[in-house]
Amino acid sequence: MNAGQSASFRRLFDQVGPVDAVGIEERAAKFTTRSIKKASKLWGLRTAVSMVDLTTLEGKDTPGKVASLCQKAVRPHDDAEIPPVAAVCVYPAMVKHARRALGADAKVRIASVATAFPAGQTRLSTRLSEVHAAVADGADEIDMVINRGAFLAGEFSEVQDEIVAVREACGRAALKVILEVSELETYDNIRAASFLAMEVLRDGDFIKTSTGKTSLNATLGNNQVMLEAIRDFFLNTGRAIAMKPAGGIRTAKQALQFLVAVKETLGDAWLNNRRYRFGASSLLNDLLRQIEKEKTGAYQAPYYFTEAAESY
Amino acid sequence: MAILTANSPTRPARSRGRPAPELIFGNLWPFDPAPETADPKLRTEYGLFINGKFVAPRTGRYFPTINPANEQKLADIALAGAADVDAAFRAARRAQETTWGRLPGRERAKYLFRIARLLQDRAREFAVAETMDGGKPIKESRDFDIPMAAAHFFYHAGWADKLEYVAPGRRIAPLGVVGQVIPWNFPLLMCAWKLAPALAMGNCVVLKPAETTSITALKLAEIIQDADLPPGVVNFVTGAGEVGAAVMKHSIPAKVAFTGSTEVGKIIMRSLAGSDKKMTMELGGKAANIIFDDAPIDQAVEGVINGIFFNQGHVCCAGSRLLVHEPVAERILAKLKARMKVLRVGDPLDKNTDVGAINSKEQLGKITALVKSGVAEGAQMFQSGCALPAKGYYFLPTIFSGVSMSHRVAREEIFGPVLSILTFRTLEEAVEKANNTAYGLSAGVWTDKGSRILKMATELKAGVVWANTYNKFDPASPFGGYKESGFGREGGRQGLLDYCRLV
Repeated sequence: MNAGQSASFRRLFDQVGPVDAVGIEERAAKFTTRSIKKASKLWGLRTAVSMVDLTTLEGKDTPGKVASLCQKAVRPHDDAEIPPVAAVCVYPAMVKHARRALGADAKVRIASVATAFPAGQTRLSTRLSEVHAAVADGADEIDMVINRGAFLAGEFSEVQDEIVAVREACGRAALKVILEVSELETYDNIRAASFLAMEVLRDGDFIKTSTGKTSLNATLGNNQVMLEAIRDFFLNTGRAIAMKPAGGIRTAKQALQFLVAVKETLGDAWLNNRRYRFGASSLLNDLLRQIEKEKTGAYQAPYYFTEAAESY
Repeated sequence: MAILTANSPTRPARSRGRPAPELIFGNLWPFDPAPETADPKLRTEYGLFINGKFVAPRTGRYFPTINPANEQKLADIALAGAADVDAAFRAARRAQETTWGRLPGRERAKYLFRIARLLQDRAREFAVAETMDGGKPIKESRDFDIPMAAAHFFYHAGWADKLEYVAPGRRIAPLGVVGQVIPWNFPLLMCAWKLAPALAMGNCVVLKPAETTSITALKLAEIIQDADLPPGVVNFVTGAGEVGAAVMKHSIPAKVAFTGSTEVGKIIMRSLAGSDKKMTMELGGKAANIIFDDAPIDQAVEGVINGIFFNQGHVCCAGSRLLVHEPVAERILAKLKARMKVLRVGDPLDKNTDVGAINSKEQLGKITALVKSGVAEGAQMFQSGCALPAKGYYFLPTIFSGVSMSHRVAREEIFGPVLSILTFRTLEEAVEKANNTAYGLSAGVWTDKGSRILKMATELKAGVVWANTYNKFDPASPFGGYKESGFGREGGRQGLLDYCRLV
């Protein structure tokens, strides 16, 4: 790293401020002690359902699998009171199949992980053409990965320029910028990268924790770092950036804890699926199971819920 | 690169004439009541605990103890007279001379381990009793008071057979009988802080809990019975100030230990001047929490909130003065206000309550008067806008900005959820202001710079200096004050030294 690069790191950290790891994890732990019962639990569970980006990102994905995922997204459970999820999230090659399954003006949006997901290690032109293709096939939202190599080398303008290029390629599609927190490693870096991304995002675009393809994904700790970054950025600029934790959130209990963090950090305006999403697959059925439990007082067997396969 | 955060003096959104962006902490997702329902197993009447038995007071009198959250009576507590205190001390002396003082340390350890485990077994019940009697939020009694009390018994049980290492190169002996008086802010925990080291060392004890919070000490007496502790090793006498004075002035104890206000501490010391009694005093505080401009701001704000609103500010080491570096003062104040908006004040038994009830009507009056003086002296007050229950003693979390060192709210211990914010420009000024107080119990430093932490820790005259955290306790860590915050240490090897004689 040359002198200019290390100076740029110092400058960035000076501007966004440091994060104390012990302190932020203590703060996050307090959210887990909130006791959510009865009506507030039902509201939280339903809201969480409406925030799910129902995801399948596997080499073995087929048009048939994507089609059944789309059906599940539109109607998660027999109970008609349960809202559809926010979006389905698929690889670019699957976008056209998802569009066919959902129809032209579906409530459920189609998100696609373009830009050489999850590593992002191809040339920019390749990544951009992937974005163009996904949008042309009908994607409403693009989940991109940032250039972690450039970030860790202190090449911040390169990181930002690439985000801008992808944003332009998105056209009217919303952009979600995946920081891949496990590869940034420190909370200081996560906060700094959040600001770099938000600086070039539009109102309603997202920052997102992770791809779900590395060892560590969304935690209450890194979720909190990003929520606080969004809050500080909003109060300073008036621009409301949305948030998506992804990977590792498998239970309804976890989802409620993440929502408590949102409620107490960003407030009511972020408690909806335009501003907050869960990137998850197995989470959905646990949410449904807990909703049924609240209503009937008993846990239902897994076979009462559709698409309960292991890959979910 | 563009300026990214609020460091920038001009706010672009505002300069274009739009209203400043605001976060909405409203009622979109209200939490349902989540009361802790465990049975506290209270008796309707508690006698004195003398010589291993609950006995009626010779005065024949009882006084009510109430739940400060709803002003309802919980139980009648025996009012001890001088004769009762005398009986307690005689029982303690007998036990010390005939059984406890002669037991090998490893035998005493068994009893202490037993108390610790029984306390853990009944943790929920004790947490509910503590919350009902004292007003503190259930999440604090559940997650802090009761586990820490058990931890103190475990820790000192571990010491009981290793006492030869307390003072290497010296031989030690128990003091004999000790008299102890504890406050109402951490009733069971203070009881454990006092009892555990004294018992581990082979002393016997007469202890007086605070009159508003006697219940958990008396419930601990049940555990002491269940643990089969020899009669007289621990005795509890209950009542108000006169009973405390009788405990302190009695001729039998070789040592008295007091935790409470500086005012009462001074009275005790005056009354004992000239006697050969050993003393330890853990008194008031007016701790400074010092935030430098390079600190991790959000974590510092969280630490300040935790430092002053923990246990409604009824904490002798509460960070009741906030010293902020001028460049970040405005930002810190805004963040504190935002954080206070999500503090939940209300029913202490609700698991989601962050700030519970003020311990007594008297204390509520004292806090109210001091807050009035802050307003009268020209400091700017901000209170979180939470609705309070109609019945019970509650006080909204309050912060004062624009406070100067001569304001009463910056000098006197308020012992309530009230924070005074002052600013400083240089490290020297911060040290000067932090030390400009009669107290010296604790302090907090928030900075990203390690060398500054070490310098501050050296310069601050306080028994504890926390760096980038606040209100952290451990049985192994000695706790105690400088100046008018008292003397003697509790916890760790140093705490044990205060309960023994070097021979």
